[in-house]
Amino acid sequence: MPANPFNGFTDFGVGIGLRVPHYQHILSEKPVVDWFEIISENYMIDGGRPLHVLDQILERYRVVQHGVSMYFGSHEPPNREHLKRLKTLVKRTKTPWLTDHLCWGSVDGTYSHDLLPMPYTFEAARLTAQKIREVRDFVEIPIAVENVSSYAEFHVSEMTEWEFLTEVVELADCGILLDVNNIYVSSRNHSFNPLDYVNGVPAERVAQIHIAGHSKFEKYILDTHDHPVIDPVWKLYARAIERAGRTATLLEWDDNIPSFEEVHNEALKAKHFVAEMAVAL
Amino acid sequence: MNLLEIQQRMLEAVMQPLTPGEQMQPRARDGRSMHEVAAEFVKPNDRLSSFERLEIYNRQYWFRVLAALEEDFRGLRATIGPRRFEALSKAYLIDCPSESFTLRNLGSRLEWWLRSHPEHIQPRAALALDMVRLEWAEIEAFDGAAEPVLMPEEMLASEPDPRFRLQPYIQLLSLRYPVDDLLVEIRKDDSDGEMASNAIAERRKQRRVRKVARQKPQAVFLVVHRLDYSVYFKRIEAEAFLFLNAFRQGKTLSEAAVLAFQGRDIPESKLLGIVQSWFANWSSLGWFCRPESPNQEFISSSGRQS
Repeated sequence: MPANPFNGFTDFGVGIGLRVPHYQHILSEKPVVDWFEIISENYMIDGGRPLHVLDQILERYRVVQHGVSMYFGSHEPPNREHLKRLKTLVKRTKTPWLTDHLCWGSVDGTYSHDLLPMPYTFEAARLTAQKIREVRDFVEIPIAVENVSSYAEFHVSEMTEWEFLTEVVELADCGILLDVNNIYVSSRNHSFNPLDYVNGVPAERVAQIHIAGHSKFEKYILDTHDHPVIDPVWKLYARAIERAGRTATLLEWDDNIPSFEEVHNEALKAKHFVAEMAVAL
Repeated sequence: MNLLEIQQRMLEAVMQPLTPGEQMQPRARDGRSMHEVAAEFVKPNDRLSSFERLEIYNRQYWFRVLAALEEDFRGLRATIGPRRFEALSKAYLIDCPSESFTLRNLGSRLEWWLRSHPEHIQPRAALALDMVRLEWAEIEAFDGAAEPVLMPEEMLASEPDPRFRLQPYIQLLSLRYPVDDLLVEIRKDDSDGEMASNAIAERRKQRRVRKVARQKPQAVFLVVHRLDYSVYFKRIEAEAFLFLNAFRQGKTLSEAAVLAFQGRDIPESKLLGIVQSWFANWSSLGWFCRPESPNQEFISSSGRQS
């Protein structure tokens, strides 16, 4: 199941996010890394050092693009300039699949630069799926949508988050980037069983998995990507790969970024779970 | 409530400025209780009210955009002071919220906005405006497009009166204050300050205030350019600035020379040497790029393509 139509029939292993503090180490030491995930928007520019570094990375490593501002769930058509720049970058990186979030973040061209939660309604699912299809038709590669961490729910919701995710990806016929840390964070914030979520998504559509750390506050958990992955999240990961098979996995670490080795070693823990799963089978 | 209504209401609440204590405002823009507004579409849970759940997003929005603006305009912040900078940032972001998919463009309208809101930068408005222009130019130069460099032999082979094209990433600034030096000093202080004790940091802050206060007007003609993917500031003579600016406007070599040297008391015999030395320097820095399309070689003053 690892290679599927939603990740371009690839079989990527365990990767990490490409981040500026690690540029020097990666370019000089050339560490063995299965793949890197880049934030698309950081490279949707016309020139300069970021693209120069990216080109050097592309010479040696496999890269997958991850976006943060397509806002599939925003009630407005995709921004044409955004789409054009995204496609230019897709051609440069040859990313086998493309990911962005199942969320919204803009209204009438005004951007929040946040991943705002969706109301889980059939209307929202229909509109979101339509937009995913439009973007996929434009960029001409498979798309997988990521579940976000959320801190609010809406009265109008008609289903659970995992039912909504399923409705969207089936209507759009796209993949899922399953973020098991986000599932854990939202489960604590909204009091549901995270295993119900992992068990409830269509496993055959899981193109990629995200793992990350988070921060606990008195009354809620915030998705900060600034800590190692905690055990309950690893357990969700184990269950996710048990269902979906060995799937391209990526560790996100975006704040208080430690050394490259520390981040990479944290990511490589995922391989133990994959090995355990293989033994169990 | 449909999807669009929820998104409009939520974005309005999320983008409403925080209280001085960094909490969500108790009242919405229309004067209604924000508790009521939030309760209409956000579900409470056993730990947080609708208001508190919405407030998490409200706070995240402002923390994110204020941090992004501060990162891009550290020089302006040092020039006018952190408190005034924070007030300016909030006012700017209320008037000019992001209209781009990338935070990189958040400060793109700051200079324009400050020109109609000089109260935020008085009494050193000219100095502050120069700093904003410099910091924005640096952002543009950092990731602007670079086109294939025009080689010296291609230059020599060009028409007698060509139109040279500057690299798109090059930014030309005519400044009233030497803010390039000031910005370099501010950054040095910032990087030294990361290791300093509170007492030393306070002394540095006072020194910076004195530095800003000492700034005297001085005409500076600056090229913000890129070399080996790093951004540099290069001061040039007024005539050289006019020359380059003329190229940017699409003027020919002879038109640029007229604009640069008219009314200047420079013997004609020296002009050629001056221009040649400029071109040698600019060319070595890769500032000129090849013509726009393969079919369009240099366009002569007569408009004929070579």
